[in-house]
Amino acid sequence: MIPVEYFFVLSGLLFFIGVFGFVTRRNLVAMLISVELVLNSVDLNFAAFNRMLYPDGFEGMFFTIFSIGVSAAESAVALAIIINVYRHLHSDQVNSIENMKL
Amino acid sequence: MAKLIVFAILAVVILASAVFCVSTKRIMRAATALLFVLFGVAGLYFLLDYTFLGTAQISIYAGGITVMYIFAIQLVSKRTLQGLSERWMGKRTLLAALIALVGAATVLGVFCKNKILSELVSTNTPNTEVTMEVIGKNLMSADKYGYVLPFEFISVFLLACIIGGLVILNIRKNEEVK
Amino acid sequence: MFDYAFLILLLPFLSAIVLGLAGMKMPRPVAGFIGTTMLGVLFAMSLYTAYHYFFYTGEYTAMGQTFNVVDGRLASGVYPTVTVFNITWLKFSEFLTFNIGFRLSPISVMMLVVITTISFMVHIYSFGYMAERDEKYKFEEYEHGFQRFYAYLSMFTMSMLGLVVATNVFQMYLFWELVGVCSYLLIGFYYPKHTAVHASKKAFIVTRFADLFFLIGILFFSFYVGTFNYDLSADPSLVGKLTAVATNPNTAWVIPTALFLMFIGGAGKSAMFPLHIWLPDAMEGPTPVSALIHAATMVVAGVFQVASMFPIYIKFGAVEQLHWIAYIAAFTAFYAAAVACCQRDIKRGLAFSTISQIAYMLVALGVCFAIENEEGGLGYMASMFHLFTHAMFKALLFLCSGAIIVIIGSNFKEYMGGLHKYMPITNACFLIGCIAISGVWPFAGFFSKDEIVSACFQFSPALGWFMTLVSGMTAFYMFRLYYVIFWGKSYYEEDPENRRKPQEVPFVMWGPLVFLAIISIFAGWIPFGHFVSATGQSAEIHLQHFHFSSVAWFSLLAAAIGISLATWMYMPKNNPVADMLAKRMPVMHKAALNRFYIDNVWQFFTHKVVFRFFSIPIAWFDRQVIDGTFNFLAWGTQEAGESIRPWQSGDVRHYAIWFITGTVALTLVILCLI
Repeated sequence: MIPVEYFFVLSGLLFFIGVFGFVTRRNLVAMLISVELVLNSVDLNFAAFNRMLYPDGFEGMFFTIFSIGVSAAESAVALAIIINVYRHLHSDQVNSIENMKL
Repeated sequence: MAKLIVFAILAVVILASAVFCVSTKRIMRAATALLFVLFGVAGLYFLLDYTFLGTAQISIYAGGITVMYIFAIQLVSKRTLQGLSERWMGKRTLLAALIALVGAATVLGVFCKNKILSELVSTNTPNTEVTMEVIGKNLMSADKYGYVLPFEFISVFLLACIIGGLVILNIRKNEEVK
Repeated sequence: MFDYAFLILLLPFLSAIVLGLAGMKMPRPVAGFIGTTMLGVLFAMSLYTAYHYFFYTGEYTAMGQTFNVVDGRLASGVYPTVTVFNITWLKFSEFLTFNIGFRLSPISVMMLVVITTISFMVHIYSFGYMAERDEKYKFEEYEHGFQRFYAYLSMFTMSMLGLVVATNVFQMYLFWELVGVCSYLLIGFYYPKHTAVHASKKAFIVTRFADLFFLIGILFFSFYVGTFNYDLSADPSLVGKLTAVATNPNTAWVIPTALFLMFIGGAGKSAMFPLHIWLPDAMEGPTPVSALIHAATMVVAGVFQVASMFPIYIKFGAVEQLHWIAYIAAFTAFYAAAVACCQRDIKRGLAFSTISQIAYMLVALGVCFAIENEEGGLGYMASMFHLFTHAMFKALLFLCSGAIIVIIGSNFKEYMGGLHKYMPITNACFLIGCIAISGVWPFAGFFSKDEIVSACFQFSPALGWFMTLVSGMTAFYMFRLYYVIFWGKSYYEEDPENRRKPQEVPFVMWGPLVFLAIISIFAGWIPFGHFVSATGQSAEIHLQHFHFSSVAWFSLLAAAIGISLATWMYMPKNNPVADMLAKRMPVMHKAALNRFYIDNVWQFFTHKVVFRFFSIPIAWFDRQVIDGTFNFLAWGTQEAGESIRPWQSGDVRHYAIWFITGTVALTLVILCLI
């Protein structure tokens, strides 16, 4: 039996690797990839906690399923936006959309 | 014990791929590393006897999303493909590393301080496979552990995303027609 | 029977709204036609109401009360007070409610007739007047606004009608302020003219200042008495409440004080000394407005108010205050008459004459010391009678002066003279007005004024003689005005080539003049005491039956002296006597010209005392402390915004750093706290 702590530590590390990538990357697609890492770490946590702590329930698993669906949708829309930004601004760098703040 | 070894292997694969994913300059490599992370996570789901989850992870994430990423990468700048746009050892990298380390330390600190989690673990319960039948019934039922409402929500949500994605990409086309 | 009465308020209101909002979109004749037609309907309604109120025989109900009347009178011989409707608008407390209602009493019906008659005539007359002015002064930008003018007139009519039919003193106050606003708007009608703007401000501020006392009086009254009602016959419980307040030694002061404070409000509106200063300046407004508002209706609101409260004054221990009113008014009458004797501006002359005549009415009310007509209550009837006749002939005089001004193009007597040849109808009408106001038998003014003088003699012979003297002065200054306008040296004939030839005004203008002139001739023969008297019982006016007392002879004599003096001094082409008098007594003459410097006293008071010791410190406090506080707040917000602004860089990663850092920091804090 694998202790739940292991999963926890693994997902924590994965989460912060994703955060690190999100902050350092300049490319919009690469930032999105980092976000996927973060999402995966969370999914992993849900599944592990469900199995380890409350094996009778299904909440964690279903949450993970929904999360996978949502992240698929999110990345589809985000990529569409990025491609559009690239078409308009001929750049896929994050600083190219800074003027959207106005 | 065998499970622990498998877990260790998967953890190493996941962490190594993740670090490579965020540190490589070439974006295609980053996408490939993401693929490995996703596979690793899928493996962990199998390890937890969530077979359906693992399958979904592979088919949706590894099969669908990653391919989409790769297409997107092909569609945008060449400079990114050649790894010319990323820079290292800036102030920001140091800052990000600091934040990530402090954050990880905090999370681990929280975990160490609270022993409750490990006490809660029920060791006696056997790992039973959650069958597709149970999942399907639960997704479509409105009883306890029934998820028909979120299911319907997410259906509508996905539809909205499809339409939204198409609309966003179509703006340019309309402009060109005009 | 009077169920339609709400229309009397609603119609002019609607017309004001329509003309005010859509007036500029419609052509002038349409706007004028709407206003005038509406007023015509109102006039007919008022006459109908008056006829039914005073002459109906039979039974009718209003507000659940049944009135069984014969010739309009109840079995007790008085006219009923009919409350047609009375809607609760605001509920201050369990007992104190603010109602809007419609009440018919003899004087409110009389006022209805007066207001609608004059207003109707003014509406017709304004067609011609405003058109003439627009034509003659086309180049002057401000002569536009024919539609606006009619909208204001409708608004004013509504407010004034609401005032006279008020069921309670608070409603009266509400409409009182509304007429003040309308007066302000109409005085400042030619708003690009500086003098008009100053005059409207002056009128508004002075009357508003006086109205403050009115409000305080109302608050005292309602606080202690527990009701806003003032009509003893409409509210049976009022007598009990008032008696309770008046007999309690601790609160005995309340009723006289409250009533006198209310009178100060009335003194402001009715231009009593020393609050009269706004009325002469108010002549900057269009002349029909002066006729309607500043001669016939609004300025008698103060008289109407005192008359409405009259039973309370008499029955609940405020007779003393009533006499103060008489003294103030008597002085005002004399003062205004003296000033009127040497005004160059004919409208100002008429304005001072108005002040003097309103003072007459208040004197008549003030000299009363009982309700019964024969024993001290005569003044009430006389005052109302004079209000009625004065409204007619003063409106006539103002409308005539408007006709002259529109033809001559100036208010000053120097540009007139010898007009009787050119404007025969106006001449005749003006003469009738002058005779009527001077009190010559058998014109209207004779009867009403002599009733007043008789009432004064009942009270004190000294006051009677004084008022007789003033009535002689009235005759003098009115005929002086008449002669300098229509006789004497003609300005046009001095240089006929270059000066515009005066001509008669069009029918639309002289029609109303003739109508009012006819009323001015015959109004005195109305058996007024039959309808309106302090007790409500029918009273006789002895003069109408040729029972001339010595009082009447004396005042006729005074009028005759005044007229002959004026004829002797001003009828010829040159006025040697007048010039000589002005030269002999330069100080007196100058003082009278400058209205005895009352305006300057007020000016000094406001500028040197009020401004310096109150307004300037308050302004300083406002600018430095209050504005400073808010400026500081604004400055702080702005500075904070400026310093935070760079954080909003637009870089998503930047936000992510802050977000993560914040989350981690928060977690650490919680971790430390646990």
